[in-house]
Amino acid sequence: MSNLTNDVWVFIEQRDGRPAEVSFELLSKGRKLADSMSSLLKAVVIGDDVQTIAADTFRFGADEAVVVSHPQLKHYRTIPYSRILNSLVEERMPRIVLFGASVIGRDLAPRIASHTKSGLTADCTNLKVSDISYLGKEYKNLLLQIRPAFGGNIIATIITPDVHTQMATVREGVMEMHPLSHPHDVKITEVAYQPDGLDDLVTIVEQHRVESKVNLKSAPIIVAGGYGLGTRENFKLIHELAHVLGAEVGGSRAAVDAGFISHERQVGQTGVTVRPKLYFAIGISGAIQHRAGMQESKKIIAINTDADAPIFDVAHYGIVGDAADVIPKFIEAYKSKLK
Amino acid sequence: MHNSIVLVKQVPDTSNISGQVMKEDGTVNRSKLPAIFNFEDKVALEFALQIKDRTGGKVTAITMGPPRASDILRECLYMGADDAYLITDRKFAGADTLATSYVLSEAVKKIGSFDFVFAGRQAIDGDTAQVGPQTAEKLGIPQITYAEEILDLEKECVRVKRKIDGGFEIVESKLPVLITVLKDAADPRPLSAKRLMAYKGAKSLLELEKLVEGNPLLYIDKLMYEYKNRSLFIPTLTADDLQIDISRCGIKGSPTKVYEVESVVLAGSNPMRFENSKNGMSQLIDILLEDRILG
Repeated sequence: MSNLTNDVWVFIEQRDGRPAEVSFELLSKGRKLADSMSSLLKAVVIGDDVQTIAADTFRFGADEAVVVSHPQLKHYRTIPYSRILNSLVEERMPRIVLFGASVIGRDLAPRIASHTKSGLTADCTNLKVSDISYLGKEYKNLLLQIRPAFGGNIIATIITPDVHTQMATVREGVMEMHPLSHPHDVKITEVAYQPDGLDDLVTIVEQHRVESKVNLKSAPIIVAGGYGLGTRENFKLIHELAHVLGAEVGGSRAAVDAGFISHERQVGQTGVTVRPKLYFAIGISGAIQHRAGMQESKKIIAINTDADAPIFDVAHYGIVGDAADVIPKFIEAYKSKLK
Repeated sequence: MHNSIVLVKQVPDTSNISGQVMKEDGTVNRSKLPAIFNFEDKVALEFALQIKDRTGGKVTAITMGPPRASDILRECLYMGADDAYLITDRKFAGADTLATSYVLSEAVKKIGSFDFVFAGRQAIDGDTAQVGPQTAEKLGIPQITYAEEILDLEKECVRVKRKIDGGFEIVESKLPVLITVLKDAADPRPLSAKRLMAYKGAKSLLELEKLVEGNPLLYIDKLMYEYKNRSLFIPTLTADDLQIDISRCGIKGSPTKVYEVESVVLAGSNPMRFENSKNGMSQLIDILLEDRILG
């Protein structure tokens, strides 16, 4: 096939006409991946009246925005969106396609991967392009899809050597957003929407979206609790400490699963990735999935009853002790300093 | 009346993992781990059973996995499934989500007429949430992922509440449709004691073959006939039964390959330790204040 390209595409997700931050984060990453192959970065924007969003993508390094705009496409729906992307991918054969690992991205990406028989790796925590020798064969420009796997004892690097198009989803916050000081020239390519009877097999009856008040990503201090807190009652201490410090509250997946805290506050591979000035990991053992979401914090304080817990290996400061005992002491000491 | 097919999976209990379970090629040695019923798939089965309670019809559970996955099929029967199929073949081993969805979609087609395919949103061993949508794509039917509740159900369409980023939406879909459900969407019903007594002896072909191996008085054909008559036979579908393209199954049919596996060796930064005492805290806070991390 002659139309194979080394282009990197990012699916730009919009909700109610507002672009998702994760899409711009992926553009910043995609820029680097495209540069390492000397190829082009393209933003694919689908929606209704999305020209402004398309124009925004150039601030994050896009060389071209492919826009499919139509009133029917105002809200994301699986069938029309996947139909459009399938045919774009088949026609233009990008080397890499990146999606946010949001509800939309996780609904859409597998459908495209299935149709185009592409490889797809979910929830990557790092992406690189490299020439690889695999099972005695040389491959150029493979996407290394890196993610913790299997209970977190390992970090796996996944490749899809024998297919041209390599796809990955990435959670919000994992990649850093870098607006360019000199944005690229705007180059928008409009592709017409061709309606199809199958598009309306599923229709949206109503939609309710509340702007989330939780913004862990931009909090300078985060106090996060884990399963080690033991009870919801003890977890209140996490809120208390956060309140005293003016911090946001986070939690490990185990704490979310135990019902101590809501999913939107989950830090880690399948939650949010954060880089605060100060991160408290309290009663969190430090599985890799959790560390993947917080290890770039500037300073980390670990509080755990188990002196050998892996969390101490990424922490700058450690206290061995029971949270129920340590937190009140910390609060008292902090308050007395402020006097 | 609505017929449902439920995709279920036996998963390694990922909360109990030790280093020895990883094979050299980076795949997982599942036989070394305790195996459990993926919880969200149980919720999916509950959804299907509720539809049966509402309008009648049949609920069929299917799983692709090694022979011991029959365990969760028996659980499906205890909960209320009418039929359960084991999809198993050495050729299916090592499948990624694409190859898995291919086999599952072919099995669904083989089993036949359905209004719903249900599955858990994701399985705890990979957390990818890809098999549901990929199976729907291969069946050429719409999908509703992240379902929280079935609202209305008519002969040819269904209304579902589903989670979206930052809220929820209500969608209406024509049938047939594939629906993936969230963990909290329903409480799986307890196993029925009556059904447990009735089905605890249910066996797949492979399990019957094992019985025969140890007993010269048993003949496999006769045994199968008896088990079928007593509705205790768990049918098995192999690659041959499904007449599918082997190059799209198992490791061969999986575009994703594990290139490298690193056990996690931590940089081993030794944290500065503080005593669990008022004095210890005070020292720590002084450092944080000095570095302008706090205050």
